[in-house]
Amino acid sequence: MTDILMPALSPTMEEGVLAKWHVKVGDVVSAGQVIAEIETDKATMEVEAVDEGEVLEILVAEGTEGVKVNTPIARLAGDDAAPAPKKAEAPKDETKAGSANAAAPASEPATEAPKAAPAPAPATAAGERIFASPLARRIAAQNGVDLSTVKGTGPHGRIVRRDVEGVKGGAGTAAAAGAPPKGEPRQVLSLEQQGIPAGSYDLIPLDGMRKAIARRLTDSFRDVPHFPLTIDCEIDGLLAARARVNAMLEKDGVKVSVNDFVLKASAMALKAVPEANASYTPEGIAMHHHADVAMAVAIDGGLITPIVRACETKSLRQIATEAKDLAKRARDRKLKPDEFQGGTFSVSNLGMFGIKAFASIINEPQGAIMSVGAGEQRPVVKDGQLAVATVMTVTLTCDHRVVDGAVGARFLQVFKAMIEDPVTMLA
Amino acid sequence: MAEFDLIVIGSGPGGYVAAIRASQLGLKTAIVERENLGGICLNWGCIPTKALLKSGEKYESLSHLKDYGLSAEKIGFDFDAIIQRSRNVAKQLNGGVGFLMKKNKVEVIEGTAKLEKGKDAPKVVIALKAGGSRTVEAKSVMLAVGARARAIPQIGLEADGDRIWAYREAMAPKFMPKSIVVIGSGAIGIEFGSFYRALGAEVTVVEALDRIMPVEDEEVSRAAQKAFEKRGMKFRTGCKVTRVAKDKSGVKVSIEAGGKAETLEAEVCISAVGITANTDGIGLEALGVNMDRGHVTIDGHCATNVKGLYAIGDCAGAPWLAHKASHEGIHAAEHIAGFKTPTVQSPIAGCTYAQPQVASVGVTEQQAKAEKREVKIGRFPFKVNGKAIASGDTEGFVKTIFDAKTGALIGAHLIGAEVTEMIQGYVTAMTMEATEEDVHGIVYPHPTMSEAMHEAALDAYGRVIHV
Repeated sequence: MTDILMPALSPTMEEGVLAKWHVKVGDVVSAGQVIAEIETDKATMEVEAVDEGEVLEILVAEGTEGVKVNTPIARLAGDDAAPAPKKAEAPKDETKAGSANAAAPASEPATEAPKAAPAPAPATAAGERIFASPLARRIAAQNGVDLSTVKGTGPHGRIVRRDVEGVKGGAGTAAAAGAPPKGEPRQVLSLEQQGIPAGSYDLIPLDGMRKAIARRLTDSFRDVPHFPLTIDCEIDGLLAARARVNAMLEKDGVKVSVNDFVLKASAMALKAVPEANASYTPEGIAMHHHADVAMAVAIDGGLITPIVRACETKSLRQIATEAKDLAKRARDRKLKPDEFQGGTFSVSNLGMFGIKAFASIINEPQGAIMSVGAGEQRPVVKDGQLAVATVMTVTLTCDHRVVDGAVGARFLQVFKAMIEDPVTMLA
Repeated sequence: MAEFDLIVIGSGPGGYVAAIRASQLGLKTAIVERENLGGICLNWGCIPTKALLKSGEKYESLSHLKDYGLSAEKIGFDFDAIIQRSRNVAKQLNGGVGFLMKKNKVEVIEGTAKLEKGKDAPKVVIALKAGGSRTVEAKSVMLAVGARARAIPQIGLEADGDRIWAYREAMAPKFMPKSIVVIGSGAIGIEFGSFYRALGAEVTVVEALDRIMPVEDEEVSRAAQKAFEKRGMKFRTGCKVTRVAKDKSGVKVSIEAGGKAETLEAEVCISAVGITANTDGIGLEALGVNMDRGHVTIDGHCATNVKGLYAIGDCAGAPWLAHKASHEGIHAAEHIAGFKTPTVQSPIAGCTYAQPQVASVGVTEQQAKAEKREVKIGRFPFKVNGKAIASGDTEGFVKTIFDAKTGALIGAHLIGAEVTEMIQGYVTAMTMEATEEDVHGIVYPHPTMSEAMHEAALDAYGRVIHV
């Protein structure tokens, strides 16, 4: 007998919605068969069976929200020798753990919950012991906080409760079950308290994506010291180049968009100004080796940012093909987590809506995000004469902890030079 | 030019400790005292009451000699000698503080201080005990002026040294009263009630709230009332005192409970209805010192809103406890000397030295519930603790409260013999930020009453051994 556990579909996933079952009790499944769909805060994903066997029991009903990672969701009868998925936690001591704890995740065992082994005294990479109070160690473990990144303010620099409370866990650290949702958007008063009567509106429940957007962008806007830099780019040269490129690629059915040029030029500019391709971390500034450029794609009920990896190494044709595929699968919610997690820079384009200029909120841990406005004919002054040019305004929102004003300005200068005269991207 | 680095006003357990610490850190320090070195604590509070209570406790234990296979004849007490012993204890400690001031080169200025606007800090103008006045300036001034018993003149509740007593009169009485009405069931009321009851007085304690010792956990309140009633004390809870009237033979205390009026008669009445900070008449209003209901408002380093002026202890707010005053005094002295490290935030335990004793730290179960905290609660009675049975001290219990999520010990409530000596074990654990695993892992020596502290922590997690 084997329990199927709620899988972690991404390193940061803590819980998800069991959106759909593809099997029912009595079905025999084979390894690799799609058995369920799970909606995370980012996407809907299919869950494949790892083991073979008959479905004995469905433990979590379709549509259940907030199913914690590693909770048993179904039970298979099968070859007992088959490797069982790893159990949530091993009971630590002589508790009457038995089979009850795995089968009934929601109810607490009568006396003592099985718990993880006590956290060993933590140490730094160099093996130095970190001094932290027992309570600080436990709170850090519960919230996924790496104690080596925390400065202690207790006696002799000991890390105490006040030092770890309120510290956010690092990405990729699986938080322990039961950790409170971090950074939920703050709502001090209900709508009723603010004079909007109940019944005068419809309430759309928050889905995983809406919650993720609210949480991530609230954290970013509040915690990252951000500032915008705006520059105008004349793109008549780019439009001419695009026409020639597209004429050439037409036979292959590939069409390069202005945005693909923007992706390419921003990646090349990041390569030229590597300081702008960086992330702030408490240990230091991470200088990324590649420009993994994320592009914001609006989808039903939210947005998602699929990534063109190592974008600076790719041709316009590759970028156009890849971006089109990513955007389509994003809209179908078929992206894999590694296709939308971990970019180093973002591009958001609202030009198609006629927006002239805007400043996006930084997508942590990236150091900057570029907001692209509409390319439109505007009067410009050239050599003291009024002329007409196609102008596109771009705004770079910078994380001042890594990208200072001058760095952001240099990046935009390089970007402008490349976008106005695309042939320079070949240099 | 400032004559001192620091002037401390008031030499109670907050002020004199602060002065010693400041002097250790190289600050040129003076201390101003209008009455006795050591303040209320040493002279009229904590210490002399413990001397009285010890006499009461020893006397009471004589009535249980048979339980231990002992016998004695002509058991009695000399009331004046009991009081005299208490005064001698106070005198000894008062002399001790004088010695400590000399040893630490703290200049003692006897007189009453007033503050005036100054340069670095307010100027201190002292009306000297010996006559005349002296103005001293310092870079910093620390108010440690304490508090006094609260009087409610509107209902006649005002110590008169005759029939209506506050702690001072109750500490050095002219006679042993046969009957007493104690108003207020906090630590002071309960301790005096306990002492006089041990010597045979009829004691009735009146409490306005619905249970005695209202700051304690409800379970402790209930157990304490039962234990005191067993010793013959009477309680009137949920009673409002409407009038205290006296005549030649005694006092009449009018009370009202649930709309019904009643009059309690006794030889004397002891007033223990809280304290009033000694913040009047110092010139704080003229300096524009921020105050809150008579108490000086301070920040995390005990600084007031006026440059160079600090305040610690009772005059700076609750809890009104000597050890809290000393802790603040040390913290403030270190801050004045330029220390940057935040001092350890130790929880402040409260102790009541009645029979049985009561000691507590952190939140009560009721507070935890009001804060909607998820908690794990453990209890262990002394009646199954080996040492307690051997000693004949089986009254009372230990109760622990842990935060269910983090396992932090957030409250402990003890009632029984010598629990005031035991509570610091939990204070240490809380200050070190222990979790239940740490407390469970501590090896408590056997046989001791403190083993009950281990068991109560185990019980919170369903692991108690001896129940």
